[in-house]
Amino acid sequence: MQTSLSIFELLSPSPPGWGGVLLSGAASTVMISLGAYVVGILIGLAAAAGKLKGRRAVATLLDLYTTAVRAIPELILIIGLYYAGTDGINRLLSALGFPPIEINGFLAAVLVLGVVQGAYMTEVLRGAILAIPAGQIEAASAFGMRPWLRFRRIVLPALMPNAIPGMANLWMSVTKDSALIAVVGYQELALATRLAAGNTKHYFLFFLAAAAIYLAITVASNVVFGSLETYFRRGQPRAA
Amino acid sequence: MDFSWVFTYWPLIAAGALQTILLLFISVTLGFVLAIGLALAQVSGPPWLRWCAKAYCTCLRGTPLLIQLWLLYYGVGSLLPMIPGLRSSFLWPIVREGFFFAAVSFTLNYAAYEAEVLRGALLAVPKGELEAGRAFGMTRWTLLRRIWLPRAIRIALPTITGEVVLQLKATPLAFTVTVMDLYAVAYKIRQDTLLVYEPLVVVTVFYVCLTLIITRAFRIVEMQVPIRR
Repeated sequence: MQTSLSIFELLSPSPPGWGGVLLSGAASTVMISLGAYVVGILIGLAAAAGKLKGRRAVATLLDLYTTAVRAIPELILIIGLYYAGTDGINRLLSALGFPPIEINGFLAAVLVLGVVQGAYMTEVLRGAILAIPAGQIEAASAFGMRPWLRFRRIVLPALMPNAIPGMANLWMSVTKDSALIAVVGYQELALATRLAAGNTKHYFLFFLAAAAIYLAITVASNVVFGSLETYFRRGQPRAA
Repeated sequence: MDFSWVFTYWPLIAAGALQTILLLFISVTLGFVLAIGLALAQVSGPPWLRWCAKAYCTCLRGTPLLIQLWLLYYGVGSLLPMIPGLRSSFLWPIVREGFFFAAVSFTLNYAAYEAEVLRGALLAVPKGELEAGRAFGMTRWTLLRRIWLPRAIRIALPTITGEVVLQLKATPLAFTVTVMDLYAVAYKIRQDTLLVYEPLVVVTVFYVCLTLIITRAFRIVEMQVPIRR
């Protein structure tokens, strides 16, 4: 019955085809990645500032965070954070006298991946900030700029060209790391593919299709980051 | 925190650690050999070969390892029994195991990343050294063996350390295809003892120790290279 369907029927967006399932899986992969990326940038900015400007204790703590996250396998981190996070929130709620809640899988995925991204982002941004000539920042301070204005007008535009390649790498890795969320049971592209493949027994076809979707995401992101880099490097002399 | 289970489960943990190390060793050594070929094809191959190597690297670096693993295990794995004679051959006990598919997909994936590193390193070897080699009348093969490749590997060594650590951190994925590696052992212990965090903590310590050993070992290798700084 099912096996008599052709490739096009199997991949068609409407049932009995599984194309729609794959595409919605791809959409949630992109959403999770975007969310985690934004969370990662926020954590990264804060942690980079803490590492560069913070007290000794804060810097040591942040060092521990970035080192630990980068030394432990992603899969273990994701599973550990997923269970520890949901469990911890529910324990906190019960300690405060609230009933336990069911944590939204999407939110948990975004936060867990975001914490992982944040560690890598911290190092990328820290490096990019350190690469800014000290004179530029001193000049801004000499003009009487407040820290926030100085960050917005001087530091941010100057760090972006240095940070973009590293940030592009991190985006590529978060789109691929989001596949690990399949292991904790949230339906994104990887899990949707396994469902489709398991149901139709066309394993090869569906995993190939998923690989093609991931590749398309990567290639499209390459184009976006390429133009972002030319935008942020405007006004800089071309490399020889 | 209760760690008394470690005493009953240590043989299983040791076996898991062995599987993890074996997977890492196989994928890194075979992947490195493959990567040399891929990098050379991209740097000095004919256009069609260059294009093929480039496409291979883009495809394997652009898709998640988990999907590649599942494509091999579920996809290719379901096609393998159709090959006539394979089921009765001596290869079958190896080919039907999840370990085989994990090793193959990790090797192919590692090769793609490593090739990219080596390509950069091959291009970074100073032109003068290669010209000096040619001036000595070295053939292409001798030049490659004595100067180009050794110099490139030395240049790439710090990055290779990073890649090996990344590969170690990718090995737990093998548990999704029934390999009893370190992580799978932790998973089993969690199910047996109903302890949520302790097995993960023990396994994490193992991975961090392995990372330290790898970085230390590569630092020793790096020290063998006399460089003036």
